[in-house]
Amino acid sequence: MSTEPDRELERVPWAEWDRPRDRWLMAEHNCNTWPRSLLLEVCARIVFPTVLMVSVYLLFAGHHDAGGGFSGGLVAGLAFVLRYVAGGSAELAATVRIRPPVVIGSGLSIAVLTALVPALVGQPVLSSAIWKLSLPVLGELKFTTNLFLDIGVYLLIVGVVIDLLRTVGAGTELGGPGLDDETLEREEVERT
Amino acid sequence: MLTAIAAHFVLAAFLPLIARRWGRAAFVVGALAPAATLVFALSRASGALAERHPVETFAWAPNIGLEFTTRFDELALLMIVLVSGIGALVLCYYACYAKPGDRAVSRDSSLLVLFAGSMLGLVLADDVISLYIFWELTTVCSFLLVGGEGLTRKLRKSATQALLVTSLGGLAMLLGLLLLATAAGTTRISEIIANPPGGGVVTAAVLLILLGAFTKSAQVPFHPWLPGAMVAPTPVSAYLHAAAMVKAGVYLVARFAPGFSDLPAWWLPIVVLGLWTMVLGGFRALRQHDLKTLLAYGTISQLGFLMVLVGAGTWIAALADVTLVLAHGLFKSALFLTVGIIDKRTGTRDIRELSGLGARWPALTVFATLAVLSMAGFPPLLGFVGKEAAIEGLLHGEPKDLLLLAGVVLGSVFTVAYSLRFLVGAFGARPTVAPTEAPPSGTVMTTIVGIPAVAGLVLAFVPGLVEPLLAGYADAYSANPPDYHLGLWHGFKLPLLLSIAIIIAGYLLHRTALAPRLAGWVPGPLHAQRGYQASVDGLVALAQSVTGRLQAGSLPIYLGVILVTMVAVPGAGLLSGIETPVDLRAWDSLLQVPLAALVLVAAGTVVLARRRLTAVLLTGVVGYGIGALFIVDGGADLALAQFLVESLTLVVFVFVIRRFPPRFVDGRPYFPRARWVKAGLAAVAGTFVAVLAVLFSGSRQGMPEASRFYAENAESATGATNVVNAIIVDFRAFDTIGEIAVLAIAATGAASLILARARQRPSGGYVPEDAGSERTEVKQ
Repeated sequence: MSTEPDRELERVPWAEWDRPRDRWLMAEHNCNTWPRSLLLEVCARIVFPTVLMVSVYLLFAGHHDAGGGFSGGLVAGLAFVLRYVAGGSAELAATVRIRPPVVIGSGLSIAVLTALVPALVGQPVLSSAIWKLSLPVLGELKFTTNLFLDIGVYLLIVGVVIDLLRTVGAGTELGGPGLDDETLEREEVERT
Repeated sequence: MLTAIAAHFVLAAFLPLIARRWGRAAFVVGALAPAATLVFALSRASGALAERHPVETFAWAPNIGLEFTTRFDELALLMIVLVSGIGALVLCYYACYAKPGDRAVSRDSSLLVLFAGSMLGLVLADDVISLYIFWELTTVCSFLLVGGEGLTRKLRKSATQALLVTSLGGLAMLLGLLLLATAAGTTRISEIIANPPGGGVVTAAVLLILLGAFTKSAQVPFHPWLPGAMVAPTPVSAYLHAAAMVKAGVYLVARFAPGFSDLPAWWLPIVVLGLWTMVLGGFRALRQHDLKTLLAYGTISQLGFLMVLVGAGTWIAALADVTLVLAHGLFKSALFLTVGIIDKRTGTRDIRELSGLGARWPALTVFATLAVLSMAGFPPLLGFVGKEAAIEGLLHGEPKDLLLLAGVVLGSVFTVAYSLRFLVGAFGARPTVAPTEAPPSGTVMTTIVGIPAVAGLVLAFVPGLVEPLLAGYADAYSANPPDYHLGLWHGFKLPLLLSIAIIIAGYLLHRTALAPRLAGWVPGPLHAQRGYQASVDGLVALAQSVTGRLQAGSLPIYLGVILVTMVAVPGAGLLSGIETPVDLRAWDSLLQVPLAALVLVAAGTVVLARRRLTAVLLTGVVGYGIGALFIVDGGADLALAQFLVESLTLVVFVFVIRRFPPRFVDGRPYFPRARWVKAGLAAVAGTFVAVLAVLFSGSRQGMPEASRFYAENAESATGATNVVNAIIVDFRAFDTIGEIAVLAIAATGAASLILARARQRPSGGYVPEDAGSERTEVKQ
């Protein structure tokens, strides 16, 4: 993904700047995993942003209602699972533009940094603070620093789920990278 | 002094950058740190010789009483002269020795300076923990320096042996130091020695500490690592395996000796193994043809000698010991550096191939002769002064000292013989061998060899320069020291006669034809190297058999072991002290009844399922049913997490089982009887958990203390009205971080396991479209 020339920077005619760059659905030739279900694929694409929004809602709502970083992260992860189940690894590759270990690592880093920052200002590690703001339109806004810990958990869970999809999912697909040559040969024999 | 140690480490960190830019000059830059330390230490020498020694403390973990204390006394100053002085010389020498553009420069320069810093810390440390840390740092540096880049099997083997043997001793020493510190009630070494504790624990402690010292100083039977370590570049050998690291063991014994010299558990192993080492090392050296290995066995012999003198525990013996520590550092570094020149200029170190170098390199020959004669104890050199003092000290001690004297005389005869073998072998003319072709020895390198060699000569004439320092250390052994001074001439007395006799006997041993045939021969089964090999092989075999038995690779066995342990160990104890609950309600809400029935039916059907997919889906039903029960009980958070985890698990299960045969067994079961064992075990374990759950929830009275605390303080302390979330991100946030760390590690581990088996296929399924072009290029 990173090897691709950055198309954002290329000069495009002003009338075409918002023309879609990719096909909305995958073409036939790059989907060679399992029989496609058009309905499922389209539904997954339509529902995907909404599910991600719900996951973010759960992340923030966790402070007062059911939810939290763990549940939010799982919901977001399930959104990717849906895309993968609908379209296979090519669909997943079209969705995920960042390496899953980076997401895992940044989640863990945010959580650990949140734990350590209070030590810099002389507080015990992991202690939290509550800030309240009064905004003109929104009313009172409460903000607690342990939200960052929840964000770290959220990112980590999302990363773990996508990593699972990449390895256990795409990695064990028929003809995927997770198989040794012996198994593939045996399958070849069985199929013919 | 703390600054000096830190300066070494900081400089070591920057040396790779310097080496990349300026190449070999990095060694000269690296030499600045030890050289500056030497100058600084000598300028403060009056402090070390004073009644009260300067102490610096840096508390790095004050909460648990851990601090790093340096104490600058006579022994520390002596060791700094060796460590920093010879360190600076060796680094300058290495700058000429290394080939231009050698890749090893950045690595070796950095490691040598790091080593010099660790050694400096070791000799200055006054608390046992820091002592141990620096001790192990020197071990690690030695491993890395001996192994180099580990390109050959021999390098790896030698480096591993050095690491295994010395770190075995290091761990034993740590245990000993901790026992000693606990018995004494302080971690300060100076305080432990001032008031040495007693008792059985202390006996064990000193034995463990001695084990550390013996492995580090290559005493019998741990010595084979030292000749093996000679695969390192010669400057490294000169510094680590002649002057500095192997002295750490002697230093450790010398450091603790004033406190324990009367304890039989202390001096007996020292003198027995020391004498054995001295004689065996000298004897084995007579057989070597490789100049470096010859010197290595000589080093082993000398270290044994130094050990014996510390073990003797008298004032004069201690004085002789520190004199010889200084003398040995000077002459042995000069000799190793000489071998380095010979090796570099002629391409060989085998004495059978060298001939006529003496006439070709007169200056180097003179310096090497001075060093060799000092090693052999010829007047007028520092080695002779030290040996005179040693004989004097052993002559007037207790009866056991006379036995020691006999052993020392024998060892010294060997020393004279191998010294002559070295000198004649390296520089003598051999009639049968054509004179070796060689370019000039090089002014800078020869000068560097000359500095320690000439120092040994000068100090022999003016021992007064160092005597206050050496006697200052010896004073720790005796309140009223005898009237003895270091010097070349003490009158025509027994020590002088013995010295002359040793030299004559050694010369005869060297001249007689006996030497090449019999000398150095040890029956094969008695080789210490075999013992090392056998213990390492035994350890590997033990590890393999234990792992092979525990890790059978069968999931039913693992699960069976876990379940049996769970039922047998805590189950027996818990069931014995439990009361039958009084009020058992059938249900709290009517909704629980159908849900429970669903879960039970699903669980029962799983066992009967023939297809894997069916079983997985039914397990999912069990999970969702339990989630629904949570909702009925009002645990919304718990239920949400349960549903989500259940969905994800189901998906992952499906991913995995698509690689499996669709049915569990085709036709008949593999082991019909094992099925019943498994079924019985599962039933017992399941019943056990169910019964325990009922019993415990029945015997709980009201809300637990912790739950009440969380519920009451969630709003005020964390600002969260959701108590579950407050617990996760605040009250038990540390647990959360630990759990997500485990999750990250598990995910990474699983990913690497699966991807490690990856083979790129021409029509790979998971190939992002845009990365395809790159992939094909790689293949071509």
